[in-house]
Amino acid sequence: MTAQALIQVKNLKMRFDQHLIFENISFEVLQGDFFCIVGPNGSGKTTLLKILLGQLTPTSGQVQRQVDNSKIGYVPQFRNLDIEYPLSARSFVALKLSHSLIPWLSRSERQLVQNSLAQVHLTSKSSFRVGQMSGGEKQRAYLAQAIVNQPEILILDEPTASLDEHAKFLVMDVVQELNDRGTTVILISHDSSVLQRFGKHKLELTGAKD
Amino acid sequence: MLQYEFMQNAFIVATVISILCGVIGVFITIRHLSFLTHTLSEIGFAGASFGLWLGWTPLNGMLLFTIFSALAAGTANRNRPLKSTVISLISAFFMGLGVLFLSISQANSSYATNILFGSIVGISNHDVIQILLIALGELVVVFLLYRRLKFTFFDPLGAQNSIRHSWAINLLFLIMMSLSVSVVSQIVGSLLVFALLTLPAAAAQFFGRSTSSLIGLSIVFALVGTWLGLFLGYLTNLPVTFFITTVETIIYLGSALINKSLTLGIFHKS
Repeated sequence: MTAQALIQVKNLKMRFDQHLIFENISFEVLQGDFFCIVGPNGSGKTTLLKILLGQLTPTSGQVQRQVDNSKIGYVPQFRNLDIEYPLSARSFVALKLSHSLIPWLSRSERQLVQNSLAQVHLTSKSSFRVGQMSGGEKQRAYLAQAIVNQPEILILDEPTASLDEHAKFLVMDVVQELNDRGTTVILISHDSSVLQRFGKHKLELTGAKD
Repeated sequence: MLQYEFMQNAFIVATVISILCGVIGVFITIRHLSFLTHTLSEIGFAGASFGLWLGWTPLNGMLLFTIFSALAAGTANRNRPLKSTVISLISAFFMGLGVLFLSISQANSSYATNILFGSIVGISNHDVIQILLIALGELVVVFLLYRRLKFTFFDPLGAQNSIRHSWAINLLFLIMMSLSVSVVSQIVGSLLVFALLTLPAAAAQFFGRSTSSLIGLSIVFALVGTWLGLFLGYLTNLPVTFFITTVETIIYLGSALINKSLTLGIFHKS
């Protein structure tokens, strides 16, 4: 049985004013895929992600998604929570459960928070402040928040940028575990050591030549 | 002390406003909006003197000006924060406008002092009811939108993809900020709204690790300041505002000190 395509992109073109970012981009992301978008700075990787998330409208081309935003977990680049950021990992993860009108968390919601912290191996640090965590731990806390409502697709924008080798692979091992359990992963990276070890399919953006 | 009606009114208003400040202040401090709060209060000063000129209550004039400014700022700047030079310009212009309205309304100087530095013991029954209704309305909105507000303010980047119309939530919060600034000015005056809207919440940040604990601590710190301020003001006949700002400053500095020694203690242990 062939896997279902969750995202199909055809002939995508993006232009900001006179500047062409990319054109003729076509690909599909299958259920259970580990899909990497690679390319140098300025090649339009984050722009492409924002189009997939529906935050930007492409100049031309088609994007068909089988899942809506509520089933997509997104870890943006440049979160930069500083040392004074007060929330604990547990409270930070719970922020994502934002669609209820009741202020306090239900028992099942608290369980979801615990589960996602366990999946990123942060259970023992759940009451620590996110602002005071190391870079790798912060990244795993962001991941835990993105997966708290059990998304079908997880989209990660440069999750290993500015991490050392050890922290980088701790984060990526967690992503691989999530993928092994069935979550479709879309990863943006320009880190060759990560791309050598992870990912089933790759899309290379080279940057437009005008 | 509580046998006097003006003191009863003062305590009721102080309590409700402290709760409001505790809640709203937490969202203001996490987004570093203290400077904007100050600007809104200066706009409020112009509004209060405008109200005086027209024969309204200062509170109504203040509400008119601050809400209008919040709407203008929120709709004009959906994505970009205002530059500090623009904020300074707005502050200066409105303070000047306030002086003009005060002058042409020929109000005596005690009105100006009341608007700028507060006059909680001179608050009327009508004002009490209006302040209670505004504060209650705001607290209900925060209660219903609590989770969305939390996500939008404590993790704006993360919320971008999950919360639709987060600009509307930001705009609504700006309006709530203007309402809060206007009612808080009734206690500490428009020049010192900082004291209640940001200091208790900033002190709470040293200890709280969840939004609810930040709000709880911030309410307690605000209540200690206003109650103690009223009590000491009654005893000594010195301005209540002076005591409130002093107590809040002491709470903030004390919290910073305790936090520092706790952190050092942890380092020593390890």
